[in-house]
Amino acid sequence: MSKLRDEESYKKTKAYSFFRWYRGEKDPFLGEVEMKAGHPYKDKRTAEELMQEKEAIMDRVYDIGHNKEIKFFKTVYGIISVIFCLALTFVLLLMVSYSPKTGNPGNPNENEVPARYIENGLQETGAVNIVTGMILDYRAFDTLGESHVLFIATITVFILLRIDKDEKGKEKDREEANDRNYEPKNDAILQVIAVIIVPLIIIFGIYVILNGHLSPGGGFSGGAIIGAGLILYLNAFGFAKTERFFTEKTYKIICFCSLSFYCLAKSYSFFTGANHLESGIPLGTPGAILSSGLILPLNICVGLVVACTMYAFYALFRKGGF
Amino acid sequence: MDFVQNIPFFSILLSLFSGTVTSMVNGKWAKRINAFIITVIMAMSTVLLFYLLGTKESYTFMMGHFPAPWGNEIRAGVLEALMALFFCIIMLLSLVGGRGHLEREIAPSKQNLYYILINLLLSSLLALIYTNDLFTAYVFVEINTISACGLIMIRQNGHTFEAAVRYMIMSLLGSGLLLLGICILYDCTGHLLMSNIKSSIIMMAATGDYHIPLVVAIAFICVGLAIKSALFPFHSWLPNAYGYSTASSAAILSSLVSKGYIFLLIKICYRVIGWEVILSSKVIHILFLFGLCGMIMGSLSAISENDIRRMIAFSSVAQIGYIYMGIGLGTLEGMTASIYHILSHAATKSLLFIAAVGLTDTSGQSKKFIDLTGAAYRNKPAGIAFTVGALSMVGIPGFSGFISKLLFGTACIQNTPYKMLPTLICLGISTILNAIYFMKTVIRIYTPVKSPYDNMPVKKSFRYAGALVCFVILNIVLGMCSTPIVNMIQMGLKMFS
Repeated sequence: MSKLRDEESYKKTKAYSFFRWYRGEKDPFLGEVEMKAGHPYKDKRTAEELMQEKEAIMDRVYDIGHNKEIKFFKTVYGIISVIFCLALTFVLLLMVSYSPKTGNPGNPNENEVPARYIENGLQETGAVNIVTGMILDYRAFDTLGESHVLFIATITVFILLRIDKDEKGKEKDREEANDRNYEPKNDAILQVIAVIIVPLIIIFGIYVILNGHLSPGGGFSGGAIIGAGLILYLNAFGFAKTERFFTEKTYKIICFCSLSFYCLAKSYSFFTGANHLESGIPLGTPGAILSSGLILPLNICVGLVVACTMYAFYALFRKGGF
Repeated sequence: MDFVQNIPFFSILLSLFSGTVTSMVNGKWAKRINAFIITVIMAMSTVLLFYLLGTKESYTFMMGHFPAPWGNEIRAGVLEALMALFFCIIMLLSLVGGRGHLEREIAPSKQNLYYILINLLLSSLLALIYTNDLFTAYVFVEINTISACGLIMIRQNGHTFEAAVRYMIMSLLGSGLLLLGICILYDCTGHLLMSNIKSSIIMMAATGDYHIPLVVAIAFICVGLAIKSALFPFHSWLPNAYGYSTASSAAILSSLVSKGYIFLLIKICYRVIGWEVILSSKVIHILFLFGLCGMIMGSLSAISENDIRRMIAFSSVAQIGYIYMGIGLGTLEGMTASIYHILSHAATKSLLFIAAVGLTDTSGQSKKFIDLTGAAYRNKPAGIAFTVGALSMVGIPGFSGFISKLLFGTACIQNTPYKMLPTLICLGISTILNAIYFMKTVIRIYTPVKSPYDNMPVKKSFRYAGALVCFVILNIVLGMCSTPIVNMIQMGLKMFS
């Protein structure tokens, strides 16, 4: 109660509603958020009963009470695995104690390889960030393989989780209806926060990708940031909003374009490099945003693939398609 | 530099690129693109093989503008080109032979995903064959593992999911051990390029520095790759993965994926660690022992099996045991025999898998032996092909299996008595066990009895019969004209060191 105002005008202030919420008199979700009750768990048995039933089944199948072989096997298996783990730990500790000490100046891994990366990296690749210069120019073949690892991982998840319309007609609709069983739809708090934070996350991700050759970051980290932003947006606003701009077709086109550009650009670079031809790709002034040859476009490609992969994983695990 | 020398690079990038392209088209076009790409790579590998036989020396190829310890590098010799050619042939024949099943067992909307997996699998196998850099090898091992998992579970039923999970866990354990081994090697030598690691290790072996980390790294790499290629005590993932996946997948997994890892192990033995250091580390004695156990135990499990596909799968365990036994002999002859057995087993095992599905098709899709009685009369090409494969596995002269057993025999006779005697005994026992379960199957499928499946209409497929004929020809070629192939293998092994 306020001493300065009368009851009527006090009820309109924000302080009144805050204290009401604080005292627990009003639930802000009630009436505002669309909530769907989850299916109550039908099985009324307790955990103990379930455990007993499992044991009974195992007993019926293997006759655990009287089966000496299984008992013997379990004991021996336990003992051997403990001994094996201890032995492996001992061997690894022994190995570590004989390995080169970390950070010692005379270590074998301080040889001509990192020396050239550090000394000539800027000059040869045009990238201020040596790490990006290494992964996208010196050892670009490994990174090409790595981005295809992401691609094939999504393909495998597609095989496992994608629900196709022509396959089981109603399953897709059911999954769509069940999508909100365990969390509220149109969560007001989440939506307000998401409106503020999602653009910032995505812009930051784009910054990290575009500056990959100038500052710490690059395609992999920037793509992960953008992917996280997209997932947050999806959580706040639901599939109806995201499917206006991002469907499986978009995913396919983006992945196809970036991976084939990566493949073709690097093929050109590998081919000219191996045959000792001039590639004709200018390196530009180190430090400028448009510099370091192919690294910037390749970073963009990697970033797109990573962002799409993260989003695709989330959407597939949530309702088997997007 | 000759233009021909670009071929390894073209083959890897072409199959990688075709994987991306395949994701945009439907199943029908994916199939065509895939067949086209494999044929092109096959033709290119043939050209490369003849070029290398002409020049008689291997070469390295710089991937990019920077020379080797800084940039990536691939390397091609006779053995690499031979393997690439052979893998392409087997892959194409397995796909053509199992195509009918592919179209039936995989949902139409997921057909193109299968060919993406195949294209990327091919590129990873080629990269494992050609790479001269340990970390590149690891990256492509990852692609290989994930696509193999996809190949198992794309036929969606409970068995394949269970098999894929098992495969995933075991295979990732193997990858982890391999990565640990590579890390330790990098820590001790400061290099990832194979030839540079080798020169550092020779120095280390001379001075005795970092001896224990080196032995641990060798052990981790050997065990990791042994798990991934299903050497005997680590084979628990294998029977279900080969037994329940679709026929082409089973053929490709058994004859290409596990062989790719074995080839990588051989390459690491020769090109990274050096044969003398491997011999003095005594790790290969353990591989030898496991190989011998595998030869016997795999065959025993196959005898007690009541499911034809799982029986063939267990026979793979025995044959992988042969290959590791040959590596474990520790001589050039043993290694030649192992590599020859990689080829002969790949040709035979994929033939058996493809023929077995023809037999089960005419027996109401049942894989039980009791239903397969007389199946060879119902599907004649599959019956003949299965018999050829079985004879080759047992080691009848004229087929490829005979030559590899002969090579193993001569290799172990030239060895020390400690290894000669157990090898000869195990070879003998294993051959008899092989004969028991394969001849039992052949007799059963040629037993003329009336069966409820006699009047079922058999769909004649020329594609299927053609693939089987090609497999049989390949088998007989390997069995009859083995001398030039053995010479090529020996030449390639010389180029390795």
